[in-house]
Amino acid sequence: MAEETVKLLGYWASPFALRVKWALKLKGIQYQYVEEDLPNKSPMLLQYNPVHKKVPVLVHDDKPLAESLIILEYIDEVWKQNPLLPIDPYERAKARFWAKFAEDKCGPAVMAAFSKKGEEKEKAAKEARENLKTLESGLEGKRFFGGETIGFVDIAAGWIGCWAQMTGEIIGIKLIDAETMPLLDAWFKDFLEVPFIKECMPPQDKLLEHNREFHKILTAAST
Amino acid sequence: MASSAVVTANQLIIMAELKLFRTWSSRFSLRVVWALDLKGIQYDTIFEDLSNKSSLLLQYNPVYKKVPVLVHNGKPLLESLVILEYIDETWKQTPLLPEDPSERAMARFWAKFGDDKVLPSIWNVFIKQGKDQEEAIVTAQENLGCVERQLTGKKFFNGETIGLVDLAFGWLANLLSVFEEVCGVTLIDLEKFPLLLEWIQNFADAPIIKESWPPRDKLITKYQALHEVYTSKEAPK
Repeated sequence: MAEETVKLLGYWASPFALRVKWALKLKGIQYQYVEEDLPNKSPMLLQYNPVHKKVPVLVHDDKPLAESLIILEYIDEVWKQNPLLPIDPYERAKARFWAKFAEDKCGPAVMAAFSKKGEEKEKAAKEARENLKTLESGLEGKRFFGGETIGFVDIAAGWIGCWAQMTGEIIGIKLIDAETMPLLDAWFKDFLEVPFIKECMPPQDKLLEHNREFHKILTAAST
Repeated sequence: MASSAVVTANQLIIMAELKLFRTWSSRFSLRVVWALDLKGIQYDTIFEDLSNKSSLLLQYNPVYKKVPVLVHNGKPLLESLVILEYIDETWKQTPLLPEDPSERAMARFWAKFGDDKVLPSIWNVFIKQGKDQEEAIVTAQENLGCVERQLTGKKFFNGETIGLVDLAFGWLANLLSVFEEVCGVTLIDLEKFPLLLEWIQNFADAPIIKESWPPRDKLITKYQALHEVYTSKEAPK
């Protein structure tokens, strides 16, 4: 019964849908998963997210919610077990700040390095490394952003490690390395080894192949 | 600053050291001014000159080096919407967000839409010319259409009272007409956006809100200068 009231519309290779899967898994929430064929978006997706027409969309008791970080906050407010955000308002503000930084500065920089060629690619890769180095300062020497356990920022930023690694392989430039970002490098490795995180990850070889194809399309399109 | 709200002894202790770093015109800083004033919270204001940033600002916000920064008992809060949520969680009077989680999610969604889509699309209209500007106008009006529909049956985005989304869109109530005047384009007309125009009027005239508007003539001068910089860079089309 509980499964029917929570539905997640996603795409297997979407890092944003992955965030929501992680949060639902962490809290032990049963849900129905609907895989979208992104080139052919379903009428249901277009109805649930008319503004952005994107995944993920979480539908709870027939109420659709879009934007993955906003969905994470919603999940945290409705299901109190294994909290993502800390209780203290200042710590919550810090978490929201770093999640937003990862979202606005790290993710797009990695994507830019991934989708560009030549000098633009080099420039984007440099910016990605700088922003990732800044993200490292948000760890404040802790094992995870959430402290000893996974929290909001870990789930918000965790995908970047995996995607940055794949991007590095595909474009031939390392975006994260143990030498210049030892703490961030350790964090990404620890994060990806956490059982519930690992369980939700799409198959790595399939994802790498998918992103290689995507890279070819993007770099053929850019001048 | 408003002094009409009743303040408890506990709140006085929390308020003990509250400083806001802002500029006279920053639309993001204004959100924080409104939030604090609506809740009747006392604070000190430090006006920054962004061409000559203070060492304190750089120390408090090393990542972005921007305003607003709210410092509470020595701890810096950054990013205006994050600051608003902090204020709402720390001082419970005059809540900015509703209690229901799905309504809170919708409020966050529209505040984000405003910053990610509406603001940049209107800025594009302001800085572009010719055919580029025409295309920018179409996009901006599409985004504004989404916002217009959110006001159906409501005085404010938050309902009967001002909330987070209203503060997030506050810049529409003063800056939009400045942009329109400087670049000679009318984006919000009565035919297409009656609710938005009504909201602009209600918000601009609301108690507390109306006490903080930066001087319009100064804004016109500032944005005229900016407009010249951007449009002189563009090749004639």
